[in-house]
Amino acid sequence: MLRLEKLTKTYKTGDQALKGIDLEVPKGQVLALIGPSGAGKSTMIRCINRLVEPTSGAVWLDDADLTGLGAGALRRARRQMGMIFQEYALVERLTVMENVLSGRLGYVGFWRSFLRRYPQSDVDEAFRLLDRVGLLHMADKRADELSGGQRQRVGICRALIQNPKLLLVDEPTASLDPKTSRQIMRLITELCRERGLAAIINIHDVALAQMFVPRIVGLRFGEIVFDGPPNRLTPEKLTEIYGEEDWEATIETVDEDDDEAAA
Amino acid sequence: MSHRELDDMLGRGWRKPHFVRNPVLRWSLGAGFLAYLVAAYLTIEVDWGRVYEGLDRGWQFILAFASPDFVSRASDIWEGLLESIVMTVAASVVGILISIPIGLGAARNIAPLPVYVICRGIVAISRALQEIIVAILLVAIFGFGPLAGFLTLSFATIGFLSKLLAEDIEAMDKSQAEAIRASGAGWMQWINYGVQPQVMPRLVGLSMYRVDINFRESAILGLVGAGGIGATLNTAFDRYEYDTAAAILILIIGIVMALEYLSGIVRARFQ
Repeated sequence: MLRLEKLTKTYKTGDQALKGIDLEVPKGQVLALIGPSGAGKSTMIRCINRLVEPTSGAVWLDDADLTGLGAGALRRARRQMGMIFQEYALVERLTVMENVLSGRLGYVGFWRSFLRRYPQSDVDEAFRLLDRVGLLHMADKRADELSGGQRQRVGICRALIQNPKLLLVDEPTASLDPKTSRQIMRLITELCRERGLAAIINIHDVALAQMFVPRIVGLRFGEIVFDGPPNRLTPEKLTEIYGEEDWEATIETVDEDDDEAAA
Repeated sequence: MSHRELDDMLGRGWRKPHFVRNPVLRWSLGAGFLAYLVAAYLTIEVDWGRVYEGLDRGWQFILAFASPDFVSRASDIWEGLLESIVMTVAASVVGILISIPIGLGAARNIAPLPVYVICRGIVAISRALQEIIVAILLVAIFGFGPLAGFLTLSFATIGFLSKLLAEDIEAMDKSQAEAIRASGAGWMQWINYGVQPQVMPRLVGLSMYRVDINFRESAILGLVGAGGIGATLNTAFDRYEYDTAAAILILIIGIVMALEYLSGIVRARFQ
């Protein structure tokens, strides 16, 4: 469904963030992208929806190459890709409901969105999603009144209301405590299963990735150095991705259960 | 770091490094500034005899505040005040409405380079020309009266508000705006959802402040014939009617204070 072909990004400074990435994500597959800071994880998912312009290569979403699209077509393509951000990136001075409905901006016209007169079906869907993540009672609160975990749930609703085929998730748990991190990861993977969504999840926490995600891709210096199921991620592989370190503890935490990490 | 290095450091005391590292340069900069200051004060000529005479006149003026005369020129004052208020409100509304698109264009993080250069150019011109100079020019073109004042204040508002709005936009949180763009929003929607909520409190605060400035300026612009309460004030001074002048000044102070209070309430609502 999503296919990256020789995707390359060279920044103006000359830094090569991505060196010809080839990757295929079938429909409904959730994939974790791991790698050290600066490996190009964030650049890669931003090249997919062109928040960052790739230098060369192609991004195929179904039958369309996104790299060649004009402004209008890009806008329509972005509707099919929901994005969830590090630090939530909610618009803090808007209400929870406005934040969720902002996921429909690609579908409604300017005046409708300006006057906040969304179609009833959108409003109903927003209520349904907020109920699903347990925040229905918060609909009219301002986003900056929420806790970190709650904000990320709103971020998830905002991505899902786009009715996307694909979720791009950038460090969803980076600023959350261990327990909330697990809850958020569980929620994201559950929702993907319910809706048959594919997802690419950038994540620092290797143990968390192994716990929830069936396929892991390791990125180092802009190149894919690992692609496989979590149980093939050995200390040797981790050393290849991140560099020398004692990995036993990281891998062991995988089969422990939730509350211990939260404690 | 080796331990020998640490041993050398221990017990040595620590001072914040000087802003100018070179001690010779540092002291000569200080001495030079002091010398300039002394020389500058020595050039100010004061005629103490004249000051002594003037004290009396000043005292008269201050005494007038004890007995301000609102009555004998009441209709002139009322007319001037009304003209000033109309000028202020009209110029603020027009100025703010024009400032918003120019402010958007003058923010480097959202405007393409050509638009940015043009908008920054407009801001620079507006800020370079002082209100009084613009007013003199516009009075020459449109004749005496509040029209010239209104245009002057609108023009000045654009320079002030666009610049500060643009700077606030440049300092906004990128990720919030990015999230809106990722949803497939169009440009106008992006501004409305991603940018506007972030800069709204500052825009409201600055606009209220500008209304305040415009009212005070309207009292000055009268001195060069651009209408408003300033014209009335000028006439009062010309006729040595200090009590009427005092009444006008008290009214201006009162209105400015009321605006300040109002702006506090409005800004609190828009946090």
